Amino acid sequence: MKKASIIMIIGSLLLLGLFKFPLWNIMLGAPQYPDPLGMNIYIDGIKGVSEFDLQNIDGLNHYIGMKTIPKADEMWEFSMFPKVIFGMALLGIIIGILGFLDKVSYKYFLGWFILMSVLGILGMYDFNNWLVDYGGNLDPHAIIKVTNPDGSPMSYKPPLIGFKKLLNFDVTSLPHTGGYLMFVGMSLTLVAFWLGRKISVKKTT
Amino acid sequence: MKNIITSSIAILVILIGFTSCNKGNNSGGKSGALASNVAERVYVAPGEYDSHYAFLSGGYSGNVTVYGLPSGRMFKEIPVFSQFPTSGYGYSEETKPMLNTSHGFIPWGDAHHPDISQSKGELDGRWLFINENNTPRIARLSLTTFETEEIIEVPNSAGNHSSSFVTENTEYVVAGTRFSVPIPQRDMPIKDYKGNFQGALSFISVAPETGNMDIKFQILMPGFNYDLSHPGRGKSHGWFFFTTYNTEEASTLLEVNASQNDKDFIAAINWKKIEDYVNNGGGTMMPANYAHNVYDEETHTATSTMKKEVRVVNPIDVPGAVYFIPTPKSPHGCDVDPSGEYIVGNGKLSANLTVHSFTKMLDAIEKEKFAGEAYGIPILNFEDVLAGVVEQPGLGPLHTEFDGKGYAYTTFFISSEVVKWKIGTWEVIDRKPTYYSVGHLTIPGGNSGKPQGKYMFAMNKITKDRYLPTGPEMEHSAQLYDISGDKMELLLDFPTHGEPHYAAAMEASIIKEQSQKIYKLADNKHPYAAKSDADTKVVREGKEVHIYLTTIRSHFSPDNIEGIKVGDKVYFHVTNLEQDFDVPHGFAVIGQNNSELLVMPGQTKTSVWEPKQVGVWPFYCTDFCSALHQEMQGYIRVSAANSDTPIKWSLGEDIE
Repeated sequence: MKKASIIMIIGSLLLLGLFKFPLWNIMLGAPQYPDPLGMNIYIDGIKGVSEFDLQNIDGLNHYIGMKTIPKADEMWEFSMFPKVIFGMALLGIIIGILGFLDKVSYKYFLGWFILMSVLGILGMYDFNNWLVDYGGNLDPHAIIKVTNPDGSPMSYKPPLIGFKKLLNFDVTSLPHTGGYLMFVGMSLTLVAFWLGRKISVKKTT
Repeated sequence: MKNIITSSIAILVILIGFTSCNKGNNSGGKSGALASNVAERVYVAPGEYDSHYAFLSGGYSGNVTVYGLPSGRMFKEIPVFSQFPTSGYGYSEETKPMLNTSHGFIPWGDAHHPDISQSKGELDGRWLFINENNTPRIARLSLTTFETEEIIEVPNSAGNHSSSFVTENTEYVVAGTRFSVPIPQRDMPIKDYKGNFQGALSFISVAPETGNMDIKFQILMPGFNYDLSHPGRGKSHGWFFFTTYNTEEASTLLEVNASQNDKDFIAAINWKKIEDYVNNGGGTMMPANYAHNVYDEETHTATSTMKKEVRVVNPIDVPGAVYFIPTPKSPHGCDVDPSGEYIVGNGKLSANLTVHSFTKMLDAIEKEKFAGEAYGIPILNFEDVLAGVVEQPGLGPLHTEFDGKGYAYTTFFISSEVVKWKIGTWEVIDRKPTYYSVGHLTIPGGNSGKPQGKYMFAMNKITKDRYLPTGPEMEHSAQLYDISGDKMELLLDFPTHGEPHYAAAMEASIIKEQSQKIYKLADNKHPYAAKSDADTKVVREGKEVHIYLTTIRSHFSPDNIEGIKVGDKVYFHVTNLEQDFDVPHGFAVIGQNNSELLVMPGQTKTSVWEPKQVGVWPFYCTDFCSALHQEMQGYIRVSAANSDTPIKWSLGEDIE
């Protein structure tokens, strides 16, 4: 159980990587952009991959009537997410320490994982909603209007995850370092649960 | 069916047999089948990079052109000594001071010999220097922005030809005069040239961090013509060598009168000795008047300062600093090998190539074996200094470069060829026709201790062209050779711009990595910059009107301007708000008497417009900038001189 608890603590600590590394990354490449434009999504705001990428993405997007990329203070998420992540990391560490001291059972590890997964799914859902709004809620006075074959206005929603072609841009959306650290951390808490269960089963038999 | 297949195979086999034969014939069986695919070796596929940068002087264009090797593609023309309507260089208010001289504003120059800065004898890719021959000047270009950053005029000089070569740590760039003149200039009979004219060899110091140039001293030499020069390097670092002609000191019909002496001189200058002398207060300050023009990258503006004196040194006041090495016959090129031991003096009227030894020179100096003196300067014995002679290599030798592998390559103008010979044995290894009358040649890293001897290109003087004809006037040409093997191989003819005298070239890596893409708007300290639309305004100051204008895809702000009057002097200060690579905006207004502007991202440039007619006149963006480039336009209303139309400006006011 001690080993499992240490893994639980390490797993929770990995969440803190999100305060340094971006959670997600979206790259926009096109033949006329040999150096692709890109944005890194952090839990507390969006930054360009290169210094002027956001300004240049906004410059391009204004032709099709997209809103500018939100600043940190324009979305409640960017003030809420850091609190949630910090809270969950702290909770995980406390559960781990309590497990180490045999004050709580390994089942709390799973409980933490389920809670984190639910929050994560909610976060993804929220992120997707934002992408839908960002890519589809266009200025009716937009200079360039492109319609789908059925006549409906084209949406420029980037993919939630993976690759999509938007006009002549290749858009790739993938987790970034902070995101991977979080996934690894969450997996470790699952490992901690499994290890804790194994030891506990061994003890009882 | 089977028969068809069999016969097809048979035909194929025969065809392959034929093509193989042809291949063998084409390459002459010299260097194998791989060596014959010349096209492949100069082909740089779309999206791929050339391996080398080459900077060619434009001669009478006054500019520098940037080429890629091995493709021979021209990437850019950098304006230096000549006005350039493409970008507004020399027309915009900020760049006009760059072309200021003691003779006033000079819109043209004759650019000859570019040279790349060095550290420890190797090319460092920081700056490119180039001389202007007609109104003696030296320019420094940044190889980060590929813009001219500084131009210094050289007083007491005329025909600034034996320039602009740098020492192995870029301590100095030299500016040697081709024509000797009265110093100081005065009204005197030309026939009294002999003994009364002097030649100034200027040593211009280069500040290690900024590159800023300053004339440290001038050596006032006898009245010969100082043709070309090269720095010593390695063991001869601290010396500089200049070829001379017209040691006869004739002033008329020089093609005959300056070709009488069997030998002219190479002047060997121990600049370290003179530097010490000067650092200890030696030399005299002499009244002078010359322009020093510096472009500031943060204000995007050049300033021109007139300097009023220059330090001159009489060579006989510094014993042991200057010697003459006799060299046959009217030598032109003066080239020092990478080790610094050999000094090649190509007598252009001599049938042989003369190579001097630096070690022998020092030895002769130490033993004081002198053949005499000229104006107090010791003349060494030809035989004492001679390292060797390349016998009868061709006619009209001009310039020599080195590959760093023990070979030298010399151009021959009259016999129109490049000859490869071995240093030390002086034997001719290979020769290749150039099809044109060849002038200079360049090996990347040629003027350094470490030549990058894969390619060599020859620049041609007289072009009975090998391209589609273009009337009596055509561009000159260059020819690229592969020199990595034993034999030189002609790979490519490519046209050049202007008359390329010389070129500096180097591997692309350092320059490519440091190349700047935009100017940061935040760093823009131009006094008339408008860094956002909120800063735009129109200000009247008497008869002057200053318009603070911004550009961004795809509009000007403001785009409607009123209150201008006939007789006003209108300054359009255009700031490009973009921060994206390769999104310049242009600016032109109808009836402009100078040029358009091309404003790079983050930059501010100013154009003056003096409206002479009442009306509503358009201005527009001259550089296709976006899908709505054609919409990027505005109007300026010009009222009568005595009208009272108020100053007014707007953008987007009539939008619902």
